Amino acid sequence: MFKDITLGQFYQADSVMHSLDPRTKLVGTFLYIIALFIANDAAAMAAAVVFLCIAIALSRVPASFMFRGMKGIALILLLTVGFNIFLTPGVPIWTWGPLKVTAEGLRSAAFLACRLVLLISGTSVMTLTTTPNSLTDAMESLLLPLTHIKVPVHEIALMMSIALRFIPILMEETDKIMKAQMARGADFESGNFMKRAKSMVPILVPLFVSAFRRASDLAMAMEARCYSGGEGRTKLKPLKYGRGDVVAYIVQIAFVAAVILL
Amino acid sequence: MSIILNHVSHIYSEGTADEVRALDDVSLEIADGEFLGLIGHTGSGKSTLVQHMNALLKPTSGQVLYNGEDIWAKGSDKARIRSKVGLVFQYPEYQLFETDVFTDVCFGPKNLGLSRVEAEARAYEALERMNFPKERWYMSPFDLSGGQKRRVAIAGVLAMKPEVLILDEPTAGLDPYGRRELLDMLKGLQRDEGLTVVLISHCMDDVAGYADRAVVMEKGKVFMNGTPAEVFFRHRELEEIGLGAPSVTYIMEKLAAAGFDVKTDVMNVEDAAKEIRGCLRI
Ligand SMILES: Nc1ncnc2c1ncn2[C@@H]1O[C@H](COP(=O)(O)OP(=O)(O)OP(=O)(O)O)[C@@H](O)[C@H]1O
Ligand SMILES: [Mg+2]
Repeated sequence: MFKDITLGQFYQADSVMHSLDPRTKLVGTFLYIIALFIANDAAAMAAAVVFLCIAIALSRVPASFMFRGMKGIALILLLTVGFNIFLTPGVPIWTWGPLKVTAEGLRSAAFLACRLVLLISGTSVMTLTTTPNSLTDAMESLLLPLTHIKVPVHEIALMMSIALRFIPILMEETDKIMKAQMARGADFESGNFMKRAKSMVPILVPLFVSAFRRASDLAMAMEARCYSGGEGRTKLKPLKYGRGDVVAYIVQIAFVAAVILL
Repeated sequence: MSIILNHVSHIYSEGTADEVRALDDVSLEIADGEFLGLIGHTGSGKSTLVQHMNALLKPTSGQVLYNGEDIWAKGSDKARIRSKVGLVFQYPEYQLFETDVFTDVCFGPKNLGLSRVEAEARAYEALERMNFPKERWYMSPFDLSGGQKRRVAIAGVLAMKPEVLILDEPTAGLDPYGRRELLDMLKGLQRDEGLTVVLISHCMDDVAGYADRAVVMEKGKVFMNGTPAEVFFRHRELEEIGLGAPSVTYIMEKLAAAGFDVKTDVMNVEDAAKEIRGCLRI
């Protein structure tokens, strides 16, 4: 039951977006997010929509996947739009009891909704076309200059990729332990909050024990292979920019410039 | 007639890219009081199969009947079925969580709604039956060795007094003595208390020596189903799917090939000894 939850929701396909260097996509997403917050008129928003549509089209990921993430934020979206419509001060165009709708409110709600939807679908393009591991690689490579100010970039990246690797394993383990306890008559579904919280103990204790055991096994295995941090370490698959990346960077910069100028 | 599987199929992650058909139209009957050996290559669906027997997995299609009632029918009491059909998982030592061994074994009986005294009596009996050394009863389960943890975990299921006991590779990683001891204990429970036992094993010798019936799984289907003698008689076919016959069978075959007048469809050491004595007239 837990195996069905995939992290980072990577969608395997053979597309231009998939073949871009993860750094390009990471920087691109970052620029895109900044552009979304700079954009405050309809023309700039339209530019962002066009940019996003091109990216989606190039990714060859079915649009339904793109908007799946939207379900999770539907409530937040609704709340923020509601607050903006009713609580922005300005000239009221409609009142009903203590509630009043202002023109400014409508405008800011519309922009906010647009921004949120564009933000979520834009970042989904990145996570759908890039595996979590290559994202970590990209992050490591982009943050490398920070090693000069003593930030342990490599170690942080390693921690992230180990954590990512362990999530599905721990999910599977949780599933196994839950089943084993259910076979011993444990009940996780009925009872009040306190009772349910207590019923988690037979899952959490073995889970933590096994997580610590795995962690120490991994540390031991790494040490046995003489693993020693980032200094002088080379990569099996070094990140390399291609021609597509150059084009992508040019498009991105053009897009940001357009948003600023519009 | 205790457990009946009627055309059971199970598909993991149905409808996604990594869909696996782990069980494919399995029909099987497990009679009351029998000792069933379940063998099969890694990934053939044994663990998936047994998790259907106590309602931990729901068949994608087909029914599972326990004493004649469909365990997935509306309003069926799954907790009761799980208390009647005990399942000891592969590597059960990962289920231990209490502060000491004895309390951990009490967990199952307590979940049945028994009083503290009754639960403790059950735990006492189960640990005794597992022949677990008394001086370790109040130790933390995390300080035990792998084999000791295994015994505690099995005791934890035994303490629920199930009518059917299913064990998923309980002997993996035990020493030869511990293995015999565990299997003898199971055989004793079956013989003396009428318990139904289902044993998953990768060891042909164990199945040949202890089971009344052997079921061979292959790629999610029942490949063979019969007495150990019938099943291992076809050991050429078993070899093709990565299994084999008990080691004594091979010894007898070698003897026969070397010109001794012995039968080759011998499954266990006692029969082999008899056969060899008969041949040598001693
Ligand atoms: N939780 C799960 N999610 C998805 N697929 C699974 C899951 N559990 C098992 N499978 C798949 O189902 C098939 C049967 O697995 P199962 O664990 O039943 O085999 P097994 O006969 O018990 O093997 P082993 O002897 O190694 O224990 C395998 O192909 C396995 O990859
Ligand atoms: Mg198994």
